[in-house]
Amino acid sequence: MELWYTEQQTEHVRFSIKIKQHLFSSHSGFQQVDVFDSVEFGKFLTLDGLMMVTEKDEFIYHDMIVHVPMATNPNIKKVLVIGAGDGGTVRELLRYPHLETIDMVEIDKMVVDVSVEFLPQTASQLYDEKVNLYFEDGLKFVRSKVNEYDLIIVDSTDPFGPGEGLFTKEFYSNCYRALKAEGILVNQHESPYYPAFERNMRRAHQRISEIFEVAQVYQAHIPTYPSGHWLFGYASKGILPINKHVNSWHEYGLKTKYYNPALHVGCFALPSYVIESLKEDYHD
Amino acid sequence: MSKTPLLDGLKRYARKRVVAFDVPGHKQGKGDKTLIDVFGAQSIQYDFNSSYHLDNLGNPSGIIHEAHQLAAKAFNAKHAFFMVNGTSMAVMVMILASLKEGESIIMPRNVHKSALNALILGGAHPIYVNPQMDKQLGISCAMDADDVINTIQENPHAKAVFINNPTYYGLVTDLQKIVDVAHHYGMKVLVDEAHGAHFSFHEDLPVSAMDAKADMSSVSLHKTGGSLTQSSLLLCNESMDYHHVLQTINLLQTTSPSYLLMASLDVARAKLQDEGHEMFTKIMELSNYARHEINAMGGYIAFGPDRIGQPGIFGFDHTKLSIHTQGIGLSGKKVYDILRDEYGIQLEFGDVSNVLAIISVGDRSLEIERLLAALQDIKERYAQVGQSQSIQEFIHPQVQLSPKQAYSRESEMVDFSQSCGRISAEMIMAYPPGIPILSYGEVITQAILDYISFGLSNDQFLMGSHDPAFTTLKVVKED
Repeated sequence: MELWYTEQQTEHVRFSIKIKQHLFSSHSGFQQVDVFDSVEFGKFLTLDGLMMVTEKDEFIYHDMIVHVPMATNPNIKKVLVIGAGDGGTVRELLRYPHLETIDMVEIDKMVVDVSVEFLPQTASQLYDEKVNLYFEDGLKFVRSKVNEYDLIIVDSTDPFGPGEGLFTKEFYSNCYRALKAEGILVNQHESPYYPAFERNMRRAHQRISEIFEVAQVYQAHIPTYPSGHWLFGYASKGILPINKHVNSWHEYGLKTKYYNPALHVGCFALPSYVIESLKEDYHD
Repeated sequence: MSKTPLLDGLKRYARKRVVAFDVPGHKQGKGDKTLIDVFGAQSIQYDFNSSYHLDNLGNPSGIIHEAHQLAAKAFNAKHAFFMVNGTSMAVMVMILASLKEGESIIMPRNVHKSALNALILGGAHPIYVNPQMDKQLGISCAMDADDVINTIQENPHAKAVFINNPTYYGLVTDLQKIVDVAHHYGMKVLVDEAHGAHFSFHEDLPVSAMDAKADMSSVSLHKTGGSLTQSSLLLCNESMDYHHVLQTINLLQTTSPSYLLMASLDVARAKLQDEGHEMFTKIMELSNYARHEINAMGGYIAFGPDRIGQPGIFGFDHTKLSIHTQGIGLSGKKVYDILRDEYGIQLEFGDVSNVLAIISVGDRSLEIERLLAALQDIKERYAQVGQSQSIQEFIHPQVQLSPKQAYSRESEMVDFSQSCGRISAEMIMAYPPGIPILSYGEVITQAILDYISFGLSNDQFLMGSHDPAFTTLKVVKED
């Protein structure tokens, strides 16, 4: 018998991983939550059948969503993390001892519970004393916050499930108000390659550009995400993503598997077709 | 699970694989797959016409009759009829079945157009009652029960009372009191319950027309009850003669009713019976939560049960979410437009001072949070220094001819300034508050002309006139 996990990445493209064991399967009320064990990628979590995080390649995503913004501003003290139930983002953030508070808002408690149980590699620090966990809609949480955070990280699912609200103008705009004058917003920014993802990418970029003074996009190579080519958004009220602080990042003495300051500079250099696509106006 | 005889009958018939040499000509998509590709195989498979096995809406005796009986029971009525020409037709049937030409009916001035159309067809005379106004919100409320009762006592010859219950904004009148008095005077009570399909299924919602023992009610099951657009229910109590009502329905309704629409009524009714209570509990929770959060933002007023007790507000439908927007200096229309254009959020409507969101079984807290986040953002980004709203009083109409008489006479266009004293041959509506300024057969007075002039210069929406510029008005030709 062979058991395979298959993600329908587009209508005509499938991505499969051979499964050792199906460890968990349940519907949370928000979405279908599954955990598998595999030879190639170790344990991995899927939501509504879509790949979220694997033990083998999660370091790429979490390095890039955390260390890029943290390197641009050494004065980040208070962070809001939205989504990120697997805990990897919080784990990386906690490596900066000067960081004082992390508010993490995950709509689906089951994602956190399952990650704590099956994915200690990412989730082991979710209950750290610097972390305040809120199980509610990020859109709701951020609505009432004004001038409170130095950094907001939006580590969300794709914009066609419970994460849809986190790709909207109302969300980005309320995030802007929740950020201090030196605030930075980093978000999971979909992918430039397949058309459905490319539309989401353009829409997110256009909306963020309308609200933030600085709105740029950077890339990483994530084997288990559709096309393997994934983007992040960097937006701020003024702090540029490549600045003098980036070169001093070594002084933190952090060992990372993917991120380094040279890559930091390089990841903002995008392929020509991506640059062109981001320039296009988005129309629904 | 409650029974669904009509749906079951359709399934049985489809399983028979009958060779169709009857309409519809698409033959369930056999020859041309276009409809199947667009709408899905199952829906096209069930698009049949009336036949031996599938009963006949015009004279139901089989599965449609069974479905009618289940619907009547679910809504605590004696008889129920499926309508496939919308609630507008149900309203027309109520009036045409209850009044003969020349008889009088008491109705609110802001009655739906379908009721006026029934007067044009049937020749009944309207006696209008002005609904109450909420001047702070700039909306018309329900009719106050005492105003209706006074009108009943002043017009004991009237044959029926027509009531909008609830209003679009979810406001209700003291229906029970009106029914009791009207019946005492031998008048029928006809209720346009278009926005109250859910009232029968939860004790925290206002009383339904059938529970209050009104004679007839038109229930827009497609609005808040979950059936397909255009499907509706006509409900009757034992005071109405079944065959007379059916005959009146057949005057107006198509002889090729859609089985998709009818089956959707059957399914929606079963769903309401089985899960309606739970559904409306959840909807009220969502709506009450949204109201609370919006009021906490400041600037907006998400009005609700706090207004009960005002004239014309006997009760409130908690599922409705109406928001007064003038406090942030924006008209309801402006907020409605911004939500659609900037945030991709479509509301039911926006008028000068308010927007209305329909919260229904299709909504989850995710969508509510989007609306709340957008309203917060609009307040922060677009708020202006308050602007004033101008809401005018109702002008009591002078009905000279019945709408039917006015409609059927020769008409002509006359200069706006020369029209005073003439009889109107058109209906002009003003938004807000959504009332007719003039209707067929009514005398054009100087007060009405002043009202129109004021409305035009204050960006009020005036609708229905033949000449949108209002340089002329359409009037009945004098002999």
